[in-house]
Amino acid sequence: MIKAKINDIEVVVEEGTTILDAAKKLQVKIPTLCKHPDLPPSASCGICVVKVKGSNKMLRACCTEIENDMEVITHDPEIVETRKIVLELILSHHPNECLTCGRNNNCELQTLTAEFGIREECFDKISRDIPRDETTKAIVLEPQKCIQCGRCVLVCQQLQNVWALSFVERGYQSRIAPAADVTLADSPCVKCGQCSAHCPTGAIFEYDETQKVWAALRDPDKYCVVQIAPAVRVALGERFGFTPGTNLTRKIYTMLKRLGFKAVFDTSFGADITVVEEATEFIKRFKDKEADLPLITSCCPAWVDFLEKFHPDMIKHFSTCKSPHQIVGVLSKTYYADIMRINPEQIYMVSIMPCTAKKYEITRDYQMFSSGHQDIDISLTTRELSRMINQAGVDFASLPESDPDQILADYSGGGVIFGTTGGVMEAALRSAYYYATGKNLKRVEFDNIRGLDGVKEAEMPVNDTRVCFAVAHGLGNVEKVLNKVREAKQNNETLPYHFIEVMACPGGCIGGGGQPVSINDDIRLERGRGLYEDDKTKNIRNCHNNPFIKKLYDEFLGHPGSHKSHEILHTSYMERKDYRFKI
Amino acid sequence: MTEKIIYIKDTNTSKEDNTSKFYNAFEQKLQGKNLLDKIHLIKIADMGIYNKGITLKLLPENITYVNVKENDIGRIIESTIEKGKTLVDLHLKESYKQVRIALRHCGNLNPENIDEYIANDGYSALTKALTEMSPENVIDEIRKSGLRGRGGGGYPTWLKWKFTLEVDSEQKYVICNADEGDPGAYMDRSMLEGDPHSLIEGMIIAGYAVKATQGYFYIRAEYPLAIERIQKAINQAYEYGLLGKNILDSRVNFDLEIRLGAGAFVCGEETALIASIEGKRGYPRPRPPYPSVKGLWNQPTVINNVETLINVPYIILEGGTKYSSVGTEKSTGTKVFALTGKIKNSGLVEVAMGMPIKNLINDIGGGSATDKKIKAVQTGGPSGGVIPVNYFDTPVSYEALQELGSIMGSGGLIVMDETDCMVDIAKFYLQFCVDESCGKCAPCRIGGYQMLRLLEKISEGKGELGDIDKLKSISQGMQKASLCGLGQTAPNPVVSTLQYFEEEYKEHILEKKCRAGKCSELLSYYIIPDKCTKCGLCFKNCPVNAIKGDRKTGFVIDPDLCIKCGKCAEVCKFDAVTRK
Repeated sequence: MIKAKINDIEVVVEEGTTILDAAKKLQVKIPTLCKHPDLPPSASCGICVVKVKGSNKMLRACCTEIENDMEVITHDPEIVETRKIVLELILSHHPNECLTCGRNNNCELQTLTAEFGIREECFDKISRDIPRDETTKAIVLEPQKCIQCGRCVLVCQQLQNVWALSFVERGYQSRIAPAADVTLADSPCVKCGQCSAHCPTGAIFEYDETQKVWAALRDPDKYCVVQIAPAVRVALGERFGFTPGTNLTRKIYTMLKRLGFKAVFDTSFGADITVVEEATEFIKRFKDKEADLPLITSCCPAWVDFLEKFHPDMIKHFSTCKSPHQIVGVLSKTYYADIMRINPEQIYMVSIMPCTAKKYEITRDYQMFSSGHQDIDISLTTRELSRMINQAGVDFASLPESDPDQILADYSGGGVIFGTTGGVMEAALRSAYYYATGKNLKRVEFDNIRGLDGVKEAEMPVNDTRVCFAVAHGLGNVEKVLNKVREAKQNNETLPYHFIEVMACPGGCIGGGGQPVSINDDIRLERGRGLYEDDKTKNIRNCHNNPFIKKLYDEFLGHPGSHKSHEILHTSYMERKDYRFKI
Repeated sequence: MTEKIIYIKDTNTSKEDNTSKFYNAFEQKLQGKNLLDKIHLIKIADMGIYNKGITLKLLPENITYVNVKENDIGRIIESTIEKGKTLVDLHLKESYKQVRIALRHCGNLNPENIDEYIANDGYSALTKALTEMSPENVIDEIRKSGLRGRGGGGYPTWLKWKFTLEVDSEQKYVICNADEGDPGAYMDRSMLEGDPHSLIEGMIIAGYAVKATQGYFYIRAEYPLAIERIQKAINQAYEYGLLGKNILDSRVNFDLEIRLGAGAFVCGEETALIASIEGKRGYPRPRPPYPSVKGLWNQPTVINNVETLINVPYIILEGGTKYSSVGTEKSTGTKVFALTGKIKNSGLVEVAMGMPIKNLINDIGGGSATDKKIKAVQTGGPSGGVIPVNYFDTPVSYEALQELGSIMGSGGLIVMDETDCMVDIAKFYLQFCVDESCGKCAPCRIGGYQMLRLLEKISEGKGELGDIDKLKSISQGMQKASLCGLGQTAPNPVVSTLQYFEEEYKEHILEKKCRAGKCSELLSYYIIPDKCTKCGLCFKNCPVNAIKGDRKTGFVIDPDLCIKCGKCAEVCKFDAVTRK
């Protein structure tokens, strides 16, 4: 343990604690800008400087470990003045577009400026003319607003191992851009959007499509329907004063109807179908010794893009089953349209997702048009929905609760935990066990694949065989798992895993790139807890037991893995180049 | 008569024309006397002496003749070569004030010949270290010598080594920082080109002392000759078993490779240099942990500057006490300086630490190169500061220079006279740092650029008094909150010129006047009617037709059109054009 003093108050912390964290223990708040709890310190902004007695230098609290007998001063006139100068310099290199910026009222730079009480601009503005990059139609780069904190680069390179973003040029001309200064769409970017969820300002943003949705809602020829993803219900509330993890499912249903949607579906219902299909696929592969194991989940579009770009040798292991929201999309324009006797052409399907990559997924390849139309017309992020709610003039927090539509909405407990890391695996295992043994599990919780460890491993006995599985979240954790599989295959050893779940974002969809910003592990855990609570209180917790799923198969699809379901519920994958114009 | 070697070099220029001409004449004379087999004439590229015409160095006597003319050849052969007498009028007298330790071999040995180096005690320090000393002994000897980092930081070398030795790790590294980048500095280059084997020897000793088995030379790619010579020397050392496995049967292994710097000044900063070797963008990272504990590939790494390492074999061989007998108490040994600017004898000099600045400039440098008075000296390159003439009694040492708001830096010394404008000087150095800022941390990235814009404003006569306060507050932000040494020291030229020459800034701001006549925006050219002979030469030469009038009425300069190029003043034969 380390014993030191901060502002003359004694503090005892573990070895390796930074001055910043040690100060937190004493309720001392050292201001920061570039530091993010998910990331190693980039030490770039210079706001968190403190003094240590005996040294005439100032040290960065975010990355300096506190030492025995250190006497730290966090606030004195010189320190505060230095921080203020640095902040004023940052402001002089940042456009004054707060009023029209997507992060207005939700911007870390704005907050810090207010806290420092800066009322006038001390230095002349340095304007930069760097064009926006909207090429991915999922994530927008606006380097003009960038304060070069380096979070997005660290996220992209270290957390996600994608290496699409980097810094180019140097000095005051340095800026964020894909390597080699290509457009984001031509870069290895997998559209996970973690950069946008970590950006302190409005420099990286989701591609805003709220206006298109408003236009569709006001178009009398369109029959607008909507679905919400599991992870949205436990995060949206954060923008309206609810604590993270508060489950607002039934409030959101009401809200969506008020916005003008004719039918409200739930993606968790699609998740139930995904599980039924995927578990069937798994059991089939598991029983057939020649088939490609492990089976790898494919409901995360950023992960799909990542695998197609960086691990194409693993494509044959991918589950061919579509993601839940694509399933709801195609069913809305086939099954639902049939029942309601609506021309599918008129149906305008909007999905509310915690995700920026879903914007990419809806046109990923021709199989996303298997209803004969584009199965999903628009995919909005949680953040976009929160803005639409504000624009709609409804007091969201006080809204009454209501039920969704009877078709494509009632979900099981297994369907809703899809939104958190380990959830897809847990739901699939519940059903796989049933398909293999004909019995339901007595205890459906798989505690050792819950939580936020980067890679989680577990096993389950099924008919005297051990089924081994792994759960990885955060693309940076994927390679370890895949390499284990590759190694075993190369050496003809027993497979380490039979089933692998991957979600691109840390924490899974609850920590998705389209979720409300200011994410950290505490918030992730709370959101995850919200989903597990939902599961726990459900009467039906196994996806295959959902009566509406049974009804759907009886009426429309036949049986899991049927020809019909393969036609509209499954897809295929192909190798893609990381840099689109790579020679 | 014993055999002699004579080095020849025209020290006025880097071109070989005169050297070759003189060489041929000398050769002819020697042939006439049948002395060609005894006297070996060698043309060399650098002697560490500059602007002294044809210079000869006679070995083994080690006599240096400067400003030698072709008609001196006869006397040299007769008196010096045949009778061993020194010609007083040609003899270089000043050299006694220099103490050459780091540059001991530069210009004296053929850098491409390992045998010559070995014959002059080369690699005997390594032998001594490997056979008679433990790593701890080596470090202790360096401690006794008081050697401090010559790259500018001045951190005790032995401490760096000790920290690295103390870390338990299977792989450790030694890096020679040869990414010399200060404008006007070429100390490291001379040593790399002139004495590569001493550096390699220093690296191996450092490797032995900290138990590292791999070394890297990080040399900037703009030094092709240095790279070529170091590579050649490395190859020779491998051939002789001085590098590689089991060096001199000592069971010590050490490998050396070259890595090239791609032209970023910031890569001279040790953590950015490490990032560069690792193949990453040359960004500095916060310290601690220091590279001596966690450096290249996260392993303990000793990074030393070229001049630091070249002193190591000398210290091991001659003893640390002998080295520390030169210099001051806290700054021991010698320092190589690159004297440039408005000084008569510009060039590389090596002097004992503690020599007063005035001796360095007046005695060794020969004083002002023009009839103008010397005003100040800039030390430490872009990170250093300006020292005005009334502080010239200050001895050159790490502490004394720092007290004056400057730094020793890598050893650039730029002498300035009355025609140098302090605002302009500050602007020049700041421009350099702005160009070379990596852009990682906000204070340096934005602060440097904002300061530059303020200085530009002032030098254009658009400054306001508040700008001085702004300069001071940005300086504070940069010095205190920048991540690496580049940003922390970039404001130094501004801070020190403001400290000593604030009135010059105020003149620019309030009186719109540049007393040195450097800031062209503040100048106006006038024709003095009394002196003007109405010849019309200025009229003809003005590139923008700003001079109006004819040969009858005389000429005037239209200030609105004038671009202040100075052509009129240059062509006027009667000094009738003046600038104010």
